[in-house]
Amino acid sequence: MKETREETRKEEKEREQSPHIPAMTLEIRHLKTQFFTAKGVVPAVDDVTIEIPRGKIIGVVGESGCGKSMTAMSVMQLVNRRGKIVDGSIRLEGRELLGLSAKEMRGIRGNDIAMIFQEPMTALNPVYTVGRQVREAILLHKNVSKAEAKERVLEIFRKVGIPEPEKRYNAYPHQLSGGLRQRVMIGMAMVCEPKLLIADEPTTALDVTIEAQILQLMKRLRDEHGTSILLITHNMGVVAEVCDYVYVMYAGQVMEEAETFELFQNTAHPYTQGLLRSIPQLNHGTERLYSIKGVVPNLLYLPKGCSFCTRCEYADARCQEERPNSYALGEEHRAKCFRCERGGSSSE
Amino acid sequence: MNRDEASKKRVLMEARHLVKEFPVSSSKKKRAVVHAVSDVNLKLYEGETLALVGESGCGKSTLGRTLLRLVEPTSGEIWFDGENVTKKKEREFLPLRRQMQVIFQDPYASLNPRMSVKQIIEEPLVTHRVAKKKEELEQMVHERMTEVGIPLELEHRYPHQFSGGQRQRIGIARALALKPKLIVCDEPVSALDVSIQSQVLNLLKDLQEQYHLTYLFISHDLSVVRYIANRVCVMFLGKLCEIGDTKDLYEHPLHPYTHFLLEAIPKADPTLRSDKQLLMGEIPSPVNPPSGCRFHTRCPYASEVCRQKEPQMREVGERQVACHHPLL
Repeated sequence: MKETREETRKEEKEREQSPHIPAMTLEIRHLKTQFFTAKGVVPAVDDVTIEIPRGKIIGVVGESGCGKSMTAMSVMQLVNRRGKIVDGSIRLEGRELLGLSAKEMRGIRGNDIAMIFQEPMTALNPVYTVGRQVREAILLHKNVSKAEAKERVLEIFRKVGIPEPEKRYNAYPHQLSGGLRQRVMIGMAMVCEPKLLIADEPTTALDVTIEAQILQLMKRLRDEHGTSILLITHNMGVVAEVCDYVYVMYAGQVMEEAETFELFQNTAHPYTQGLLRSIPQLNHGTERLYSIKGVVPNLLYLPKGCSFCTRCEYADARCQEERPNSYALGEEHRAKCFRCERGGSSSE
Repeated sequence: MNRDEASKKRVLMEARHLVKEFPVSSSKKKRAVVHAVSDVNLKLYEGETLALVGESGCGKSTLGRTLLRLVEPTSGEIWFDGENVTKKKEREFLPLRRQMQVIFQDPYASLNPRMSVKQIIEEPLVTHRVAKKKEELEQMVHERMTEVGIPLELEHRYPHQFSGGQRQRIGIARALALKPKLIVCDEPVSALDVSIQSQVLNLLKDLQEQYHLTYLFISHDLSVVRYIANRVCVMFLGKLCEIGDTKDLYEHPLHPYTHFLLEAIPKADPTLRSDKQLLMGEIPSPVNPPSGCRFHTRCPYASEVCRQKEPQMREVGERQVACHHPLL
């Protein structure tokens, strides 16, 4: 494993040196997305910095309401009317996306950045055949004839592992199983060869055996096509299986970020530790499950200090008063907790 | 629990050759049916947690509901507490309903939005005329609320004012209200976040100990099942594949399907990454299940006999498996 990791580092360096393809596909810096409601301002995404290097799968993990999907929607600039990106920068291969016109953004969505969603049935149009829907994506962005577009659709269907693509081309979404629908969605996302694929809970609605197939497909896209993938999930297992680097979000903030092996071996933030301990493990028995006490705080009434302090077993007076910075614990590991202030490991 | 202990235990519920078919109207074949549950034999012992696992559409929820007679079986028998209850009329069956309750997956859909928490928990007590006086009723509701950890001052609130985890606690309180013997838990934690999921699982375990409850725990999540179940029963396309003690079954799956299911779960440990062998293909249609062994179209070990002959459930040591080529 180590060898392959070193090899990939070497490849990375080579890529960095080549002038045409930037090593960083997407850079999100100090992003703040807020919702203006009758009750007050909801900081859905609060000062989030995420980097997505080329050809990597970057995981964003957290529970519902932690802001992981809103981060993705901010990148796509699909935040609804009540919400607004108030600060920060989002750069795609060096080009600033915030401030682009609606028309310019339309040229980027689906073409440079594509997105797949949790529930493929609601993301596909039920009254058009899937072939036609995927073809539409090509016709919209590329200057090709209809016949050529169809050829490309069949080719991408083959690539994402849809059996009998000619037959499926004329199928309606309801005629396909959940796994096949998700493959169609991935095909639709990949057909314009985007620089970045955002996958928002792509396997949550699928059975385990199908989930494993889809995850394998995503790894293949990364390895064979060099696609950069932002994978949003609540499942620590999915993170461990496919991600190269992970961001753990809680209440709109990134609490911890690390290279995947590092995160699981030297988990630093009490929230990440709690998450990992709450998962029932397959290999050991039936002793009581650990659970993080309390519930996710209302984003309208966040504590003054660390947002996790109301549920944290290590929280002291300082945690309640002051917001921790993100402290570096190593080259590829940062955590937003006072316990990591001196850069030491925080395991007991 | 091994088999000796099990045989000493009392059978609470039993399915004998249980079949449930749903008619589907299709223009070509008028009598087409979905084979949701096919010839299932299953024993549920008092005080245990038996998990029913399988992928969506395998019939696990239908089996759970058929056992409670929430849907009527097509054929076969259901025994509860030593009595054949399959053909009982609704009026005779009503007292038995008190003994068997259910918790549903979606805490958003299974609570009436127009009823307050108090009304929700009270309803079964009123229906079955358990409490004689108003004070008694109130006290019972309060007891249940305390047990599941819903603060009493919230009794007049409505479901939408609670979080998913709290709603599931209300659903549990409602199921507990009549002090049943059996609770069918149909994916009770699938809709919850991990940190909340563990709280609810711990609660279910505590309540089981306190009231000596028997759970039929229906789930697709094998890691949750590993934590909560004593015995596991794996289903595929309406048929039982394998039944066994949880630890044994997880450590040495006998049926190839069980093996691949376990293999497919994403493990929360990156050091366990490997190029595992994946189960290819999709679940066949339950309208036209494959001949012979229903799993043969996806099974890498399938041989001629699997295509021809349906495997019968047989005993291997303390376990039961329905496969021509079990992984011994």
